[in-house]
Amino acid sequence: MLRLTWRNLLARKVRLLMSTLAIVLGIGFLAGVMTFSSGLNKTFDNILEGSTSDAVVRPAGDLQGANAGVSTSQVVTPADVDELAALPQVKEAVGSIDGVGSFLLGKDDKLVGGQGAPTLAFNYAPSENIAGEQILELSAGRWPEKPGEVVLDTSSAERGSYGLGDTVSLIVPSGKDPERKFTLVGTADFNGGGTAGATLVLLDTAEAQDIFLDGQDAFTTVSLTAADGVSQQQLADAAKTVAPKGFTAVTGDEVVKESQQQIGQFLDVISYFLVAFAVIAIVVGAFIIFNTFSILVSQRVRESALLRALGASKRQVTRSVLVEAFLMAIVGSTLGLLLGLGLSRALAGLFRTFGLDIAGEVLTLTPFTIVAGYVVGIVVTMLAAYVPARRAAKVPPVAAMRDDLVVQEKGMTRRLVLGSIAMVIGTALAAAGLAGAPGTDAIWIGAGAVIWVVTTAVLAPVLGHPVLVACRSVFGRLFRTPGRLAGENALRNPRRTGATASALMIGLAVVSAVGVLASSLGATQDKIVDKEFTADFLVQMPTFQGFPARYGNEMEKINGIAEVSRQQGSPVSVEVPGRAKPDQSFAAAVDPAFFKVYDLKMLDGRASVTGDQVLLSKSRASDYEAGVGDTIEVAFPGGRTIPLEVSGIFEPTPTTSGITVPFSVFAEAGIKRSDSSISITLADGADRNAVKSDLEYTVKDLPILSVQDKEEFKDLISGQVNQLLYVIYGLLALAVVIAVIGIVNTLGLSVLERTREIGLLRAVGLSRRKLRWMITLESVAIAVLGAVLGMALGLVIGVVLRESLKDDLTELSLPLGSLVAFLVVAVLFGVLAAVVPAIRASRMKVLQAIATD
Amino acid sequence: MTERPTGETAPGGVAASAIDLTKTYGKGEAEVRALDGVTVDLMTGEFTAVMGPSGSGKSTLMHCLAALDTPTSGEAVVDGTSLGRLKDKDLTTLRRERVGFVFQSFNLVPTLSAEENILLPLSLANRKPDREWFDQVVTAVGLRDRLGHRPSEMSGGQQQRVACARALVSKPSIVFADEPTGNLDSTSSAEVLGFLRRSVDEFGQTVVMVTHDPVAASYTDRVLFLADGRIVDELRSPDRDQILDKMARLQDAAAAKAAG
Repeated sequence: MLRLTWRNLLARKVRLLMSTLAIVLGIGFLAGVMTFSSGLNKTFDNILEGSTSDAVVRPAGDLQGANAGVSTSQVVTPADVDELAALPQVKEAVGSIDGVGSFLLGKDDKLVGGQGAPTLAFNYAPSENIAGEQILELSAGRWPEKPGEVVLDTSSAERGSYGLGDTVSLIVPSGKDPERKFTLVGTADFNGGGTAGATLVLLDTAEAQDIFLDGQDAFTTVSLTAADGVSQQQLADAAKTVAPKGFTAVTGDEVVKESQQQIGQFLDVISYFLVAFAVIAIVVGAFIIFNTFSILVSQRVRESALLRALGASKRQVTRSVLVEAFLMAIVGSTLGLLLGLGLSRALAGLFRTFGLDIAGEVLTLTPFTIVAGYVVGIVVTMLAAYVPARRAAKVPPVAAMRDDLVVQEKGMTRRLVLGSIAMVIGTALAAAGLAGAPGTDAIWIGAGAVIWVVTTAVLAPVLGHPVLVACRSVFGRLFRTPGRLAGENALRNPRRTGATASALMIGLAVVSAVGVLASSLGATQDKIVDKEFTADFLVQMPTFQGFPARYGNEMEKINGIAEVSRQQGSPVSVEVPGRAKPDQSFAAAVDPAFFKVYDLKMLDGRASVTGDQVLLSKSRASDYEAGVGDTIEVAFPGGRTIPLEVSGIFEPTPTTSGITVPFSVFAEAGIKRSDSSISITLADGADRNAVKSDLEYTVKDLPILSVQDKEEFKDLISGQVNQLLYVIYGLLALAVVIAVIGIVNTLGLSVLERTREIGLLRAVGLSRRKLRWMITLESVAIAVLGAVLGMALGLVIGVVLRESLKDDLTELSLPLGSLVAFLVVAVLFGVLAAVVPAIRASRMKVLQAIATD
Repeated sequence: MTERPTGETAPGGVAASAIDLTKTYGKGEAEVRALDGVTVDLMTGEFTAVMGPSGSGKSTLMHCLAALDTPTSGEAVVDGTSLGRLKDKDLTTLRRERVGFVFQSFNLVPTLSAEENILLPLSLANRKPDREWFDQVVTAVGLRDRLGHRPSEMSGGQQQRVACARALVSKPSIVFADEPTGNLDSTSSAEVLGFLRRSVDEFGQTVVMVTHDPVAASYTDRVLFLADGRIVDELRSPDRDQILDKMARLQDAAAAKAAG
């Protein structure tokens, strides 16, 4: 039997190659995203471990301002550093200045590093990491020795097109000159390899103090290296005893762990996101495999019957098909893993353009990925082949001697009944989600949606009938006989057409559901901007980072402006009664002008804050169980905790944080002044364009800081939504490509099966061109069926999901334009899928085709 | 070379002719001459049978004349058009407009109804059917009440009659039938052959039929006998016994050649 299996594989190599391709792509995608995710994690781990010393003396408290782009006024004096260095546990103590809010400009005056990873500016001082190696390694030139010299990381120097000796421009947060010029004296990198896209700017210590600490001879943190035989814990404990007030010492391991947790959340989201798409691709692939085996088995009825007549047991027949599937899975998974490796490099390249740099050497297939790839590949293929394999065994031996062979398939009735029941269950789950069943609504709806998708695939032969009939009549009208024949061909084997179209349906269902959500998000945000953003101009960074306060100061002097309201953001943590951990949140500091520009809808209290007061949004207030007049304890970066009296409660709004305080509170907490957004209203009768160009003039030296009116702000937001949408579409494109391969496969097999019919048609006068049309139109019919089913289902899922997210997505908007585009793309893919089968069909010799049996 | 048989009693001119047609398969030692210089005229308005033992080249001759196959050398002419210089597109048009086919089996497109199958050559050519002619043909084959049926809902004989109707509906210059009764029982065979005979008598159609069944051949006006790729004999207005006699002699000759 094994030899027969082998022969079968060889005899049908083209067809099997096509379905193997489905496995290769599915597993390739899975392996690719797994490799990429683990590479991403490794990159960050390497950097964190390579850039952290044995212990760090830093401001006390849970919040580290520098991580969030907030700098505080607490400093360590050189005397403190000397005291730390004098400890017997300490081998070396190095003071560092972590600068926040600087931006490196490239030679072309554009920001280096795009808008993703941060710019880390600090003083260069040699210090060792946990492993006892130098944290920074020079790759060219030398370290900065005096003011006016700078060292950049290799990749940033390249991206800014700077060479050694060139003059480098840096935008700094304070001082007289916002744009400072330096001479590039060297390039360096973290010992761990790479910077994950961050820009490193290394300065001379005196100059860093001048820029970031207003010239104080001080430091923001101290890195400690342990003496021989001293553990991290002992080192930190000893350092704590002499740490200056407001500072504490933590072990390097703890710093690494904290950062890993912080980054880990973000990395996990990326991984889950990517794996979800890999799963979609594999499910689509499973459909293709199922379909291919179904067709192969039905074409092999006579052979199976002969085997049975010659004495093969049912099990042997089943097994021979399954072994075929197994061999195919092994080959497909192996190729898939290799493809995955390539794909992970491509993904790394893609992320590099977003500013996330991943070194090639961490992108290797881990044993886990290899095992997962084979297991998923084999299990999915075998499962998909199992039903057709069983069907092959059911062929009665007598069929070998009969002329009219058909594989017995169960009637549609059973399918229809089971499908309808499943549809009802799916609907019940989704309805439960909408009605507010326990747990996350989206999970209920998601489960319902998965059942819907599977059921639609099962019912596609029935549900698709009207679509195919419509195709037949349209094609018949437009393309006469070839069109009519194509429509008939698509209809003649509903199961095959349905299963082939289902692969495409899955991809398009997800695409359309995402489209509905994105379009609703866009509409909701447009409405919010229209309603809530009452300012005429908004000034902010595209990354919503803080920027130097001097820009706001300049803007206040411009003629034609009524109000300039400035805001600064900072992470905070709030003690919540009855909860073990404080709530990590975000606070905004606002000036009195804020209340003139924006009209907060107050539920209680007054719309103003002064002194040690705070305004809470309704949701924050209920989280903290606080009412007007109550006091909450808010901890700020730098370790200061300030009790604040609640002066009012407002309806949540995107114009400010749920925790809104006056600037005086930030000052009290020691947070250095910067702005994260400026809202400006025009004076009566002022020339809008003149004011805008004046505003733009003030920010000319920081090109990424943009002055936007309402429409531009809307465009910015919808641009960000669209960017995410395109990434999702891009990832789903793979599932669609696999589905197209499925169409190619089915068509190829159908053409082969209908060789005699094609011969007959050619004999009675069907030209080659019209034959190609006929096959192309059949392909288009399948693609249109998949698209229509997918889009209809996707719309329903999207609308239901939107309904469950009604609080955030207040507007429902259907992406009708995109849906039309999807349909057009589906038709194009249909045409594309038919190219090879159509050419093969038209090359058949008429006489041989008729003579084939 | 063979003498050129002429149709002295033919009512009209030449519908199709083969001029020194040769068809070989394979090369060198393995070369097989399916046709070895066949020259013949098929006369308009005649029912001609082509007979011969298996491998005599009768099907090849028909395929070459019907623009389904290309000869190695020589010329095939259909309705005054020489096929040798035609491209695939023109051959397709010629088949569609001037030639009708009836094959041994698998004559119909399974997805189309009987009526649609009959009209297929016309609809492929975007031609409007001549309704009167269509009715006449359908009545002649006796399928009026079956027009809406699909091939799978009809018997083998009915299917073959639909195929005959299709071959006639475009009023071709010549109809080629390749063992049209090969898969049918005797009653159905008689119906199909009776119809082909009537199409010649009543509609003046030219029909060429390849067969090895003497009963089928006895319906025709003229029988051509092929052996080893050459025309070796012919009969006019044959009866069954004459045909059987000729065939038996051909078989014997073949057997003697194989033994010798």
